Formats: sequence, C-alpha cells, structure tokens
Amino acid sequence: MALLEVENLRVEFPTRRGTLLAIDDVSFQIEEGEVLGVVGESGAGKSLTGASIIGLLEPPGRIAAGQIRLEGERIDNLPYDELRRIRGKKIGAIFQDPLTSLNPLYTIGRQLVETIRVHTDDTEAQARDRTVQLLTEVGIPAAERRLGSYPHEFSGGMRQRVVIALALCANPKLIVADEPTTALDVSIQAQIIALLKKLCRDHKTAIMLITHDMGVIAETADRVAVMYAGRIAEIGPVKQVVKHPKHPYTIGLMGAIPIVGRDIERLTQIEGSMPRLTNIPDGCSFNPRCPKVFDRCYVERPDLVPTGETTAACWLHAKEKTGV
Amino acid sequence: MAVMVVVAFVAFLMFNFVGDPVDNMVGQEASYADREAMRDRLGLNDPFLVQFTRFAGNAVQGEFGISYRLQRPVADLISERMPATLELVMASAILAILIGIPLGVYTGIRRDALSSRLVLMFSLVGVSLPTFVIGILLIYVFAVILGVLPSFGRGEAVQLGWWSTGFLTVSGWKAIILPSITLALFQMTLILRLVRSEMLEVMRTDYIKFARARGLSDRTINFGHAFKNTLVPVITIIGLNVGSLIAFSIITETVFQWPGMGFLFIQAVGFADVPVMAAYLVLVALVFVGINLLVDILYFVVDPRLRVDRSVAMGGDE
Repeated sequence: MALLEVENLRVEFPTRRGTLLAIDDVSFQIEEGEVLGVVGESGAGKSLTGASIIGLLEPPGRIAAGQIRLEGERIDNLPYDELRRIRGKKIGAIFQDPLTSLNPLYTIGRQLVETIRVHTDDTEAQARDRTVQLLTEVGIPAAERRLGSYPHEFSGGMRQRVVIALALCANPKLIVADEPTTALDVSIQAQIIALLKKLCRDHKTAIMLITHDMGVIAETADRVAVMYAGRIAEIGPVKQVVKHPKHPYTIGLMGAIPIVGRDIERLTQIEGSMPRLTNIPDGCSFNPRCPKVFDRCYVERPDLVPTGETTAACWLHAKEKTGV
Repeated sequence: MAVMVVVAFVAFLMFNFVGDPVDNMVGQEASYADREAMRDRLGLNDPFLVQFTRFAGNAVQGEFGISYRLQRPVADLISERMPATLELVMASAILAILIGIPLGVYTGIRRDALSSRLVLMFSLVGVSLPTFVIGILLIYVFAVILGVLPSFGRGEAVQLGWWSTGFLTVSGWKAIILPSITLALFQMTLILRLVRSEMLEVMRTDYIKFARARGLSDRTINFGHAFKNTLVPVITIIGLNVGSLIAFSIITETVFQWPGMGFLFIQAVGFADVPVMAAYLVLVALVFVGINLLVDILYFVVDPRLRVDRSVAMGGDE
C-alpha cells in the first residue's frame, strides 16, 4: 500500500458562468520516503492538487469526485476539524514564499513551540528543546539564540529553513512542498533543495515537490508527474521522463531547457499557450499545440497508458501498443 | 510642541473674526466711550501680536483669562466641565471598542453568514445617520415613549476632589446611557467595518494559510494570528477617533444638554466668548497630540518590525 493514493481526483470551481473543471481525473501514488516531482505550466493544476491533499482548497473550489487516501484511509471527506489534526502532523506543507509564510508579529521560537504543542503532548520546555534541535537540523546557526528573533530579522533563505523546520515539527509522513525554492535566488535554491533531500532521507518523509523548474525536479525527484490543463500528461521515473520523454508535451518541455555551452540562436519553445479552463478542447487537451497531432486527438481523450518505462496519456503510444 | 503653537495661533487668530464680544457685554444704550473703556480693560485694543503673546504666555501656565460671558476664570469653567465630557467620551470609546472589535472580527471570519450581513446592514445606519438624528431618535424612543431613561442632563454627580463623577449614582448611570450610545454609534460602526476589512485582508495572507497547514486550531489562527495583525491600523483609527469623539461630543452634548466642555463651547460661540473658545481648542489639540503619542508607543508594543533593532547587525545570512 502506498503512503498516499490519489484516485480520479476531480476539483471544480462553481462560478456564475458554469462550473470550471480545474483538475480532471488525476490519479497518482506516493510511496513512503519517495520524492514525487510535479511539473507543469502555471495553471496546470499542480498547486490545486497539493491544496486538495492538505485539505486547504480555497472556496468555492471543491473536490467533486475521487478519493485521497493516506496510509489507506480516506482523508478527502473528513470533517474540517479531523483534517486539521492530520495537517501538520501527518502532512506538512511548505509554500512558495518564505518571506510571507511566517507571522511577522511572533518570534520564530514561539511559532515553532506553538506548532509542536498542537501536535504533541510536549511541555513548553520539551517543545523548546525540540525547537532548538529542529532549527539546528535545518542549518540555522546558534539556534538557541535565534529563538527570540522575529521573521524580519532573517534572510529569505533562513526563513525558508524556518518554514521547513515548521513543516517537520511533528515528523509528518509527507510534505507537500509548493514551489519551495521559486522565491529564492539560485545559490540558495540549491542549498534548500539539498537540505530537503537530506531531511527526507533522515526522517523517511515523502515529498510531493511542486515546481515548474525541471532542473530542480531532475536533481531531487524519484518520479515525476507532468501536468497539463488539469490532467497528468505523463508520469514515470525521473530519469526516463527526462531522458526519454514520451508525451509530446514533455518532449517540448525538455527541449525548452536551455543548455549552457550549446550555441543556438533561439531557445525552443512550445507554440501557443495552455487553454483556459473555460475552453479546453475536445479530445486531447494538448491538441492545438501538439506537433504530432492527428485525427484521433481531436475526437477522443487519451488515458494514461504505460509506454516503456513511463506512463503517458497520448494516442501516439496507445497506437503503438494496440498496433492500430 | 510646534503643533500646539500653531493651533494656539490659529485658534486665536480665528476668534478675532467671530464677532465683537463687546457688543454682547454692554447694553444697547452704551456710549462709544463706554465701549472703548471696556475694550481697553479687556486689552482688545492692543496690537494683535501683543494680544497673542499674552494669550500664549498665560496658556502655558494653564491660565486662559476670564470668560467674557460668565466673568469667571476660564480655567475654572473648563475644569468644572471637563470630567463630564471625559466620562462621556470614555464611556463611548469603551462601548465602541467592546462592541465594534468583536463584531468586526466575527463578520470578518463569517463573512457570508446571514448574521454578518445583518450586522453590516445595521452598521451602515450607524455610519450614515448624523449624530444628532440618532440622539433625537433615542430620546424619542427611550425618554418620550418608554420614559425609562432621562433625556437630558447628567443625573446626580458626586464630587471626588476636583473631579465630579456621574458613575457613583444610579441616575448618573442612567443619564449616560443615551448620550454615550449616541456618541459611540458612529465610532463603533467605523471600527467594526475597519476591523472586518482588515480581517478579510489578513485571512488571505500566506502566513494564515501556512498556519492552517501547520494544523493550528481556528481559534488560535483567528485571534492569535489574524487579529493581532489587524491591530496596527485599528489602533491608529481608534486613537484618532477618541480625539474626534471629543469633537463630536459638542453635538451630543448639545442634544442631551450634557454639562460638558462641548456644551460650554457652543454657548461660548454664540456669545463670541473668545477666551473660552480658545482654551477649548487648545485643550482639544493637546488631547489629540497626547493620543497620537500614545498610538505611536502602542505601535512599538504590537509590531516588532518597528522596534529599533537590537539584532539588525546579526540579521541572519546564509
């Protein structure tokens, strides 16, 4: 049994002009201690998938169908208060912007102690000890002395370390990291990623790493899911997806990564842009931009089909397999 | 300090144009010579700057001259009336804060609930109805129709040293209910709407989302994390509004015949009683300056980012 199983997840936004389908039939699993990268353009549904898992979909967004199971138990239909006990304790979260993730009016020590005491029976003193230990672990020097500091007294990278410490407070099984490095500069990005990887190895924590940075994924993830217009276009082990992508969209994504030393006039790009939620085309939603589009793509929507070592939702590969 | 000098100057300057106090003091039949003698006695014939310097010099010592109308020292008049006004303002401020803030937080958190909408609708009344209309309505309902509360005056006041208080007698308590509600209503609704919009703003921030993701309880999030972050703007407005409560109290005191400074001021205006008006304005300005100082100090208490930093130098780096 996988640690986290997402099955046929469907997220809708009821609006005045009809219901928008933001996530359509998404299924994946995360094993214990595994790092699953989730990539895609802005608006592909990455963050919404993450928010659904931690139960923090912003209204009016709602889970319309499907199941989310943590350690075999459904968590998508839990009442708010029971879900709250899971948040932070079993599923931690890290958000994009460390500068705004911490409450500016409280010391970091207080925020950590507060979180630890919500999830454990620790006394104030025990929680304090654990706080120092956590801060040391995420690489904050002289942690003992920094407990009384306010968030604004830390740099962005340091704040993200504090945020990671907060997410790790109760030793969660899974961390949903939504663009944890996007707001940081490149050298610090690398440190934070290395830190995340190390911590997960040490604590056997699984990570759902949401990002649009293929480089970060390639470095960190065990498997990767490529999302496009609310669906998974391709999912598989990171090496295969990066080296031998099967879905034309993934191929396009990989082609768009600039490589230092290769002398080219223009960077390759995928023509066009992702369709709006209001007018996702029939058939394969990638069909207006796909270089290899053919008749069937306009009519029928492809499902995820294993192709070699990855799984892709594309008729090109379905055809291969069924021999049509 | 500079503010006070300017206010004193403007106040003084202004009152040189409100009318000739001598007209009211001497009878219709007074001769020109009588009038001149009176002017001389009051020092009204001296050059403007001399008058102002004299006024300012005296004001600093708490000496505001003699009321033209009542022929009594202004300082005495004011200190007699001040407790009434301050008690009224205090009662209103407490009322406005104790009702306005919780309702603001509530409507901010439950923004779609029917009860929130009702509260907001009611608050619109408070914001848009003028103070005197509310006062007269309250008098009509509670004093005229129901006859349960007095429509004017302060009830029995008890003298505690130089301070006279209405809080020690039943009639004093009864008398303060209507005026303080009248005065508080506008401020209350203002605070309510401000707290609500600040709450809505704060609830959208990342640190609230992150606090939820950490699994903190709603109570902790709403009151510990969200509400505290609304305090800086709320304190500013409350501070400024305690000042304007004193200003608004002129109207309320007139409607309810409340024996406070505002009532005194209105009577003084009718009579062109310059020393009283000037003293009142200077005093109100002093209160404003004092409140602003208090507000600035409270900022530092609430928001650590404003404190001059002991640890800027050690501000963490990678």
